[in-house]
Amino acid sequence: MSTGAVRAAGRSPRTQVGAFVGTSTLTRFTLRLDRVRILVWALVLGVLPASFLPALEDLMPTQEDRQLRAELIRGPAAVVMSGPGYGLDDYTYGAMVANEIGLLAVVAAAIMSILLVVRHTRTEEETGRAELVRANVVGRRAGLTSALISAVVANLAVGLLLTVGLTAGGLGAVDSLAFGAGVAAVGLVFAGVAALTAQLSEHARASTGLAMAFLGVSFALRAVGDVTELESGSPLTWLSPLGWAQATRVFVDLRWWPLALCLGLAVLTTALAFLLLGRRDVGAGLVRPRPGRAAGHPLLAGPFALTFRLHRAGLTAWGVAVLLAGLAFGALTDSVAEALVDNELLARTVMAGGGDDLVDGFLAAMLGYLAMAVGAYAVSSVLRLRAEETSGRLEPLLAAPVSRWRWLGAGLAVSALNCVVLLALAGLGTGVSSAVVTGDDGLVPALLGAALAFLPAVLLIAGVAALLLGLAPKALGLAWLVVAYALLVGLLGPLLNLPAAAADLSPFSHVPALPAVELALAPLVWLTGLALVSLLAGMAGFRRRDVPA
Amino acid sequence: MTTAIDIHRLSKSFGAVRALDELEMTVRPGEVAGFLGPNGAGKSTTIRVLLGLLRADSGRVRVLGADPWADAVELHRRIAYVPGDVNLWPGLTGGEAIDLFCRLRGGVDPRRRAALVERFELDPTKKGRTYSKGNRQKVALVAALASDAELLVLDEPTSGLDPLMEVVFQQCVAEAKAEGRTVLLSSHILAEVEKLCDTVTIIRAGRTVRSGTLTELRHLTRTSITVATEHDGTSVAALSGVHDLRERSGTLVFDVDNDDLDRVMRHLAGLGIRSLVSSPPSLEELFLRHYGDEAALAGGGRR
Repeated sequence: MSTGAVRAAGRSPRTQVGAFVGTSTLTRFTLRLDRVRILVWALVLGVLPASFLPALEDLMPTQEDRQLRAELIRGPAAVVMSGPGYGLDDYTYGAMVANEIGLLAVVAAAIMSILLVVRHTRTEEETGRAELVRANVVGRRAGLTSALISAVVANLAVGLLLTVGLTAGGLGAVDSLAFGAGVAAVGLVFAGVAALTAQLSEHARASTGLAMAFLGVSFALRAVGDVTELESGSPLTWLSPLGWAQATRVFVDLRWWPLALCLGLAVLTTALAFLLLGRRDVGAGLVRPRPGRAAGHPLLAGPFALTFRLHRAGLTAWGVAVLLAGLAFGALTDSVAEALVDNELLARTVMAGGGDDLVDGFLAAMLGYLAMAVGAYAVSSVLRLRAEETSGRLEPLLAAPVSRWRWLGAGLAVSALNCVVLLALAGLGTGVSSAVVTGDDGLVPALLGAALAFLPAVLLIAGVAALLLGLAPKALGLAWLVVAYALLVGLLGPLLNLPAAAADLSPFSHVPALPAVELALAPLVWLTGLALVSLLAGMAGFRRRDVPA
Repeated sequence: MTTAIDIHRLSKSFGAVRALDELEMTVRPGEVAGFLGPNGAGKSTTIRVLLGLLRADSGRVRVLGADPWADAVELHRRIAYVPGDVNLWPGLTGGEAIDLFCRLRGGVDPRRRAALVERFELDPTKKGRTYSKGNRQKVALVAALASDAELLVLDEPTSGLDPLMEVVFQQCVAEAKAEGRTVLLSSHILAEVEKLCDTVTIIRAGRTVRSGTLTELRHLTRTSITVATEHDGTSVAALSGVHDLRERSGTLVFDVDNDDLDRVMRHLAGLGIRSLVSSPPSLEELFLRHYGDEAALAGGGRR
């Protein structure tokens, strides 16, 4: 097959046929490498929205319930988080799926495409594997082309499963198809965007980050656009590919043409990516990497400073996310209070923590969710400590005069401090926006304190992770189970009428639901005690075991 | 005077795998000690035990007179380590990593650090993720050599360096020796070990199979002789200590045990030597004889 292509390329030096030699082999290879990943993404993304349908029908059987829900979705925070909300006047299950799950599915498809394309382009180049492949009879464009074809396959699979699933769930076939097509089309846009950013930087992480930033900007553009012009859609929304998918108004007033914008942008970004690909060397980027510090900052002198530095970027990202989520939850305060008065089921979910003021109960519940997110951060930060060990970077540190006690103590101290910061940001975000909405300035200190009251529970989760790190490092992933269980109890406990003993297993169940109830110190004291004991036991175990283990 | 490294009957298992099996090693202060063995022989495991990263199952381990597990921190003030596979923090520059290691050790002479960075031609402004293997090794080498450590533990430190940098490394080790420091050098590059090391310990499957000075070890092995004689020389085959006799276009090629060299030479002299080439045993031959020749080992001896 190569001779023909080579001859074709030889006939005219500017002919580009030879640049695609090997594409089909590479595409099959890429799909072979990613078959499980693509399958999991497609199944989760394609089947999940349809699986919500029975639950929706169960939770909101009457038109009245659905209209109540529609009022909730009309609130500005809901618009920011999920979209303009078409069809709220006659809120059907289809409109519900489009409004409340649509944006989530679109964002997920975008993330899937970004990760897939960068993994098979820039990551391959960065690791040097692309060199190995390109040294064979493989054209210059074959790698990028095969990565994009794989992205198309993955997005088509997602779209197809969505269409089939929603149709099977009882929604209209044509609108279901449009929903699936919208998700896939936005996925393709971000495949193109990732193909472009993969040409810019030498590093896969930077390429992924740039594409993710583009996704974030798209989200922000449509959020601001939707919130400022609820009915018609503002020009800002029309600047965002995420807005285009929602502009199809599926299940309400279907129109196909916004999807043409998606395909247009996908083609444009892809063409640009190929143009840039032709102008650079293998392994090189268009953006020159900047040199860093030739000497360490004077403060970078010990395990604490090092761990803090390593966790800095993660803390920033988590901090922004928690703060924004807090602001959004706080902004819901007023609209939720109205809705809760009439909806006994929702009220029961929200008031599980006790107390009788609906607004305070809602705020306490929201802080509980944010605290669970901080608990997830606590686990991930301990996992990062473990990554230092498995990557071999810990060995030279411990070969220096640094005791294990000092290294792990510093690492866990950074984790704990960052948890305090994140809880404070969650409390401040929720407090400030709810104070703005309700005009009650007292909410700021009250919610800040309420968020910080979750610290002992979060520390206990960190303690469980530390215990595993010290005694059974290979099983450290089990720490996620604690977070998952807490989330399950928090989200579904009231609905499922879980027995008290089962709910009590979650550390969060013992935190007083401030500001809805009085502050009770006893549980906080014993949670703190348990947390300290487990942290110290983890450190003691770490001192006694092999490194790496 | 205490020994720098003293290992006696050291054993360490990982589950069912016996990584170290009654290993023996002695390194005297001021020595450059070579540490040889094929991949998976247990060199890195031994070094990790010496650093107190792994806990010995049994046996005695003393480093600079102290217990590496119990006295790890105090001991590490006197040790510098270069791992075999250097991993750096992707977001930190090489310069930042060097300074971090130096400060953990209690500071560094900036002129010495700058001189080493210059000698190894390292760009300290690049991020860890952008360094090649050789450059990551340079970062670890600069950090280790810039310290005042009494004992340098170097685990295959030159496997990614180019020949020019290898020369720089060899100079640095020679300087460290001149300053009276002790060096434990694990390596696959036998020429490097021959050039730098006073003593050698060879291990295999977690056991010490040979140890001693290079001269002693050479004595235990064979010299290769190529000789042409007036009279028929095939009679040497009957002499003890002569191995692998081959005839090649009128000359005889064979190996002879060094203990028997004198006797074999007298015999050859009686046959009228026309030309003679003798090659001294290289470390490579020594090494290959212990690892390449399974039968000889299974036979329980070297001859």
